[in-house]
Amino acid sequence: MAHAGTVSRMDAEPDDAQRLATEARDRVRFEEDALALSDQVYRVARHLASSREDADELMQETYARAFRSWRSFQPGTNMRAWLLRILTNLNIDRGRRQQRAPQMQPLEANDYFLYDRLAENLDGVSDEDRVVERLSQDDIVAALSAVPHDFRDVIVLVDLGDFSYADAAQILDIPVGTVMSRLHRGRRILKRELAESALEEAT
Amino acid sequence: MKDPCAHCEEMMQPYLDHVLTDEEMREAEAHLDECELCRRRYRFEESLRIYVRKAATEPMPEELRAKLSALRIPLE
Repeated sequence: MAHAGTVSRMDAEPDDAQRLATEARDRVRFEEDALALSDQVYRVARHLASSREDADELMQETYARAFRSWRSFQPGTNMRAWLLRILTNLNIDRGRRQQRAPQMQPLEANDYFLYDRLAENLDGVSDEDRVVERLSQDDIVAALSAVPHDFRDVIVLVDLGDFSYADAAQILDIPVGTVMSRLHRGRRILKRELAESALEEAT
Repeated sequence: MKDPCAHCEEMMQPYLDHVLTDEEMREAEAHLDECELCRRRYRFEESLRIYVRKAATEPMPEELRAKLSALRIPLE
């Protein structure tokens, strides 16, 4: 344990001791702040990663790296975004991008497609919440994981993580315009996947 | 003249993301006021977003929480 302000020997550098004590205190505070955000980081990490196991490993690698490089965090900036930037970089480095390239994706359905398909099997049910409830939690998790990474990353950050377009752009190191177009297409791909699983169940 | 429902569909995501200009917003709302089907489709999209968010949220496993804490660098 470091003690601030105890200068017992004249030959010790009091400034150094002071500096070390301050640094230790800052580091402890940083670690506590980062751990307090872990639930929110996990909510996003779970779906950036391809499985629960991957999310678990990715979280540990992220926190290990964050604790080592805490000095590069600028106090007063968005720590959750900083942690997710580390996490997405690690995710990319680990080569978990074995899916079809975006340009190989079949053309997604339009935005109204899912509602129209679900509603037509419902015999005039007028409550939109009931239409949504036709989808199970498993359908949603499976559909989300079927969305290719480039699109899924953006959906997960913005729609599940509540990041702004600008924060998502910074985390993924892509222009804001790209965030918007991937979000737009990604949501349509998600709805196409949902329509497929919902219609499979109906037949 | 473009099909008004198709135009309304194009504005749905930016509308729900609150990134339309005031004029576009008025335009979308004018159509929504008179078109029940588009209104339903917008409401569905909104419920879907909330539902996806809820369905996709998994609590962090307690073992992982302990593992993360153990990664802290001990004080000298």
